[in-house]
Amino acid sequence: MKQIEAVIKPFKLDEVKEALTKVGIQGMTITEVKGFGRQKGHTELYRGAEYSVDFLPKVKIQILVPDEKASQVVDTILQTARTGKIGDGKIFVTPVEEVVRIRTGEKGADAI
Amino acid sequence: MERGKCKRLFTSLAMGLGMVLLANLSFAQEATTPAPAAPAAATPTAPAPKLPPYFTATSPDPKGPALWPDPIGANSGVWATPAGDGKGDVPDQLKLGDLYDRIAHNLYSINFVWALVTGFLVMFMQAGFMFVETGLCRAKNAAHTAAMNFLIYPLGCLGFWVYGFAIGWGNWWNGPTPPGWYASLGPGLSVLNGGWGLGALTDAAGAVTGAFKYGIIGTTGWFLNGAVNDAGVMVLFFFMMVFMDTTATIPTGAMAERWSWKNFVLYGCWIALPYCIYANWVWGGGWLAQGGINWGLGHGAVDFAGSGVVHGMGGLIALAGAIVLGPRIGKYDSHGRKQALPGHNVPMVVLGTFILAFGWFGFNPGSTLAGTDLRISFVVVNTLLASATGAVGAHLVLSWKGLKPDPTMMCNGMLAGLVAITAPCAFVNPMGAVIIGLVAGILVVYSVFFWETRGVDDPVGAISVHGVNGLWGVLSVGIFATGEYGAGWNGVVREGMVKLYGSDGVRGLLYGDFSQFFMQVIDCAVLIVFGFVMAYVWFKISDLITPIRVSKETELEGLDGPEMGTLGYPDFQLHQGSKLVE
Repeated sequence: MKQIEAVIKPFKLDEVKEALTKVGIQGMTITEVKGFGRQKGHTELYRGAEYSVDFLPKVKIQILVPDEKASQVVDTILQTARTGKIGDGKIFVTPVEEVVRIRTGEKGADAI
Repeated sequence: MERGKCKRLFTSLAMGLGMVLLANLSFAQEATTPAPAAPAAATPTAPAPKLPPYFTATSPDPKGPALWPDPIGANSGVWATPAGDGKGDVPDQLKLGDLYDRIAHNLYSINFVWALVTGFLVMFMQAGFMFVETGLCRAKNAAHTAAMNFLIYPLGCLGFWVYGFAIGWGNWWNGPTPPGWYASLGPGLSVLNGGWGLGALTDAAGAVTGAFKYGIIGTTGWFLNGAVNDAGVMVLFFFMMVFMDTTATIPTGAMAERWSWKNFVLYGCWIALPYCIYANWVWGGGWLAQGGINWGLGHGAVDFAGSGVVHGMGGLIALAGAIVLGPRIGKYDSHGRKQALPGHNVPMVVLGTFILAFGWFGFNPGSTLAGTDLRISFVVVNTLLASATGAVGAHLVLSWKGLKPDPTMMCNGMLAGLVAITAPCAFVNPMGAVIIGLVAGILVVYSVFFWETRGVDDPVGAISVHGVNGLWGVLSVGIFATGEYGAGWNGVVREGMVKLYGSDGVRGLLYGDFSQFFMQVIDCAVLIVFGFVMAYVWFKISDLITPIRVSKETELEGLDGPEMGTLGYPDFQLHQGSKLVE
């Protein structure tokens, strides 16, 4: 099993979610996060004074998939979350040791 | 404030009904001459006119009980229902005198209702201030800022009740000239007749009248005691009290996000002192209002609804407070460059601005203290137009400077236009109001930038909106007043002006009276020196009693928890936006 974490632009969330649903993903967890990468922050003016916004709002998606499905999911996110402009985000894929469904106690791939 | 109108009220009363009832009296003519020739001081050679007691505010029987204070208003004309009350309310049995009594009572009633209802609108401006100031501060200080805007209302109110009203309006009946010819709220105001000043004046018989050549403070009505237990005085008290709370709540914005609560509470008890002393000088018939009589400068200091008395004073106290407190942590970086600490709720700021603009329709036209003064329509239109050009003016400046139309600055612009039109609103024409508001909207943007670069940190722009534009409003009376309105203002009627223009209204330099402008400049200078020095000394002294500024840790954490024990937004994790630089 793999955990796929994708940090994407917030306005892309719906598009990504729908595309993932189409390729058979049945669940995901999202978190509203802030951060910066190469995009850095940007400056704004408030009452004539400049200020920099260092951490930009992003959405982080967490998905658990069987190993064989990981590359398809990564490709789907890559295609839908991409704008081509700086700040599109990143995808992390990590192995997962165990998954347990709390309600039934199922383990492993059955619990996904 | 609107004293001249009362004289006009009485004049028109006398001219209308008096034509019939008092045809052979010279009252109407007397009213257009300078105040010493007041009706009470009619020469002994002429047969004493039989005026109703509420006309002269004296009892017809000097040995009988005084008619005022009058807690139920029964001595101000006659209140009667059509059903008949044994006083001759059967129409064909009413004599002219009876009719006159009822009309006079009606007139006072209209004025009572007008002053009270507009006062209610002014009271609601407290909510506007709360929204604007809280919206412009950071979320971590929201409960503290809102609470300051809340508690200043009861604290200021009690201070005004204990000592403020007596200082400000205790000698109302004798200033600027005795006896009080300003009685739109009825003769009950004649009980406000004790004060202290320089040069006690005497009447023809040599008796001390209670009036002064240079009135300084009033001394009647501490705790609204029995001596002022009068229905008319209560209206005046209420109206003036809600005005003072406007002043009181202005510094809470400029000093927000770092002012310690205990020191603020002390301030709340003190604010009535500087406010009411200066209000006495301009509105209570004191020495600035007497500048016209004493020095021949226009009509003395003229400030219709309080650009100077209310807003200028509030802005100057805010300036002194912001200087004594110093800037918020993070407002300037280590190189002294200004940083933005954005307010946390812009829609709140806009809502507050609208509430204030709405309340101003009580603030300005209510200051006639007379719904029977039909000038109120001009006051409303002028107020409206100046608020519009104020907002547009701020937008224009931002565009000229290549900036985006910052909503908080446009809100400041609208409020600046309103502040500036407050003093001249009754005396100028709509074109004048448009210009005054536009200048205010432009001025406020430059002023905000100016104070920031000078190291004065004002989170909400109160110094610029209320202080700078309050002074501009006072000056603008001396420039744009047309002379149509305000004949006899502050007891000044100049024969030369009457010959030249037909009447001697308040007239700015564009309309031919330079002396009025000069008097407004003096008024501004006095306000700046008195307001700023009083406040600066107070904040320094109160700092010794209990520190004026919260600790660095408290400020960084936000004042809500450490100072108030209650978070403004307990369900949210707040983003600590500011960099912790010093």
